[in-house]
Amino acid sequence: MSENDLSLLKEHFDFISTRESSDHPSINCPADRLIEVCTHLRDKLGYNMLMDVTAIDWDANSPRFTGIYHFLSTTKHQYLRVAADCNDDINPSLPSLTGLYLAADWHERETYDLMGIQYEGHPNLKRILMWDDYPYHPLRKDFPLAGIETPLPADDVAKVTGTSVKPAPMMGGPFVSSADGPMSQTEPRGRDESWTEQKEKPVKDKQTT
Amino acid sequence: MIASKEISIGDVASRTNDAEGELKGDTMMLNVGPSHPTTHGVLRLKMELDGDVVKKCEPVIGYLHRGDEKIAENMTYNQFVPYTDRLDYLAPLANNVAYALAVEKLAKLEVPERCQSIRVLCCELARISSHLLGVGVYGMDAGAWTVFMYTFTEREKLYTLFEELTGARFTTSYTRIGGVARDIPEGWLGRVMEFCKGVLPVLDQVDKLLTRNRIFMDRTVGIGTISKEDALAYGITGPNLRACGVDLDLRKDKPYLGYENYDFEVPIGTSGDCYDRYLMRAEEIRQSVQIIRQCIEHFPEGSYYAEDAKKIFAPKKEKILTSMEELIQNFMIVTEGPQMPSGEVYFEAENPKGSLGFFIHSKGGGVPYRLKIRGPSFCNLSILDKLIPGHYLTDITVILGSLDFVMGECDR
Repeated sequence: MSENDLSLLKEHFDFISTRESSDHPSINCPADRLIEVCTHLRDKLGYNMLMDVTAIDWDANSPRFTGIYHFLSTTKHQYLRVAADCNDDINPSLPSLTGLYLAADWHERETYDLMGIQYEGHPNLKRILMWDDYPYHPLRKDFPLAGIETPLPADDVAKVTGTSVKPAPMMGGPFVSSADGPMSQTEPRGRDESWTEQKEKPVKDKQTT
Repeated sequence: MIASKEISIGDVASRTNDAEGELKGDTMMLNVGPSHPTTHGVLRLKMELDGDVVKKCEPVIGYLHRGDEKIAENMTYNQFVPYTDRLDYLAPLANNVAYALAVEKLAKLEVPERCQSIRVLCCELARISSHLLGVGVYGMDAGAWTVFMYTFTEREKLYTLFEELTGARFTTSYTRIGGVARDIPEGWLGRVMEFCKGVLPVLDQVDKLLTRNRIFMDRTVGIGTISKEDALAYGITGPNLRACGVDLDLRKDKPYLGYENYDFEVPIGTSGDCYDRYLMRAEEIRQSVQIIRQCIEHFPEGSYYAEDAKKIFAPKKEKILTSMEELIQNFMIVTEGPQMPSGEVYFEAENPKGSLGFFIHSKGGGVPYRLKIRGPSFCNLSILDKLIPGHYLTDITVILGSLDFVMGECDR
């Protein structure tokens, strides 16, 4: 049934390609045709639930951001993954699915908040997990695990206490050794050492190792 | 001479109108939370009130955001297991299992039957534990204090069982990729059976206290009604979705852990109001008891972990200390993490609160490139701005209680 859906989709939209996947049927779709494809999915193929919206940051590669959507059909009990690459690497954007699925509202706000993808047509695109004036998008790969020093969200508290949001000390952090390279170089260490007690705090836009 | 004036009906009407205009003041902004007993955690509601009626409601979340997804990208698959405890911290065992299943799906690894049965027990006991608390505090929210006392006593017994099984009452971290941390203790299954025997009379008590209770019904029937269409559009899952009359239970519809071999029913509601959501949870506890009984009756022998997965599951301690090969194997798994192929998976498990989903993109090796957690409470709460307006302020407590959410999983 699932392969059937996939071939039906590809027959209907010639710009769709199959995406490599270890489980559910999965397609790549150009960002500007996303609404069209999702409307078809919902109305014709019965994918009536949008379960999840997220994005992947490919770091130095281009296109840098890929939006990932998971749909579920409650009648066929089948998942479908749709992936759409963002055209712009610096100001990534995707069309908003809020007009089709109300669930997209919060999911897209979250992805905007953590990944910095602009969802065009979203009625209320503001941060949801971080506070409103937070300057970064923490799930991007160039954002260090420890965090970056930022002012406290509450000005009055900051004025009295003089504190700010500090990066976390990573010296006790999770230790992992990389699988490649000779044994002598793969001693377990924190994966993200962009800020430790020996190294300076990271500045914005600095690539992590 | 006294001048008299005839009062016409029109005058009365106009005067009433004037009076109403005077009484009609501005709307009031009311802020509930983030730290408020109603919100069961750190949810904040910004509401606009007209008298007692809520006109607008804006939920504000994120107060418990810990960046779990970022953390996951920086550690091995096994190191992340304790973090899953803290998602839905009222059913940590079920989260552990869901996470392990997602990663095993990536590795295309089948765990032995015994391990599956242990995990089914974990999931269902977690469900009972979560629903006992859900029903208990829901009763408390609606003014029925006693129910909480009964259900919490049972929950305490469950915690003793969890402690025996995992070594911890709350933060269990029981699963490993490819198995569980240790086999079940001696005589534990018997004690689970005993618990099952004990919990059913308590459910009857709760039933007597709540189900036909006039006050409880007045406060819940017809309140917070979610339509089928809305529930699907907002991506609501779990008992909250089934209360709306949608037949979707992943244990039946996308069976995992061999759920297709168990005989149980999925309760489906009719109206989708607060009362139905209570009925769902009460009945699901009974069904879980049934699953547990079937599971224990046919409890398979064998191994509690996938023995052939040499690059994924660390060997037993006694072998590590006596055999070179196992020592190396253990060293590699601890330092580099369980070795996964590259690929993309999305797995959802039917957790007590709804579908808990994990999306993993792996480039191979022991660390995920991207891990996304779909928290059911996150989606279940997204309907609040539509659901709450039009209700009285006093109904908010009941609506929030009936949705049975956990902020740990909403904010991640």
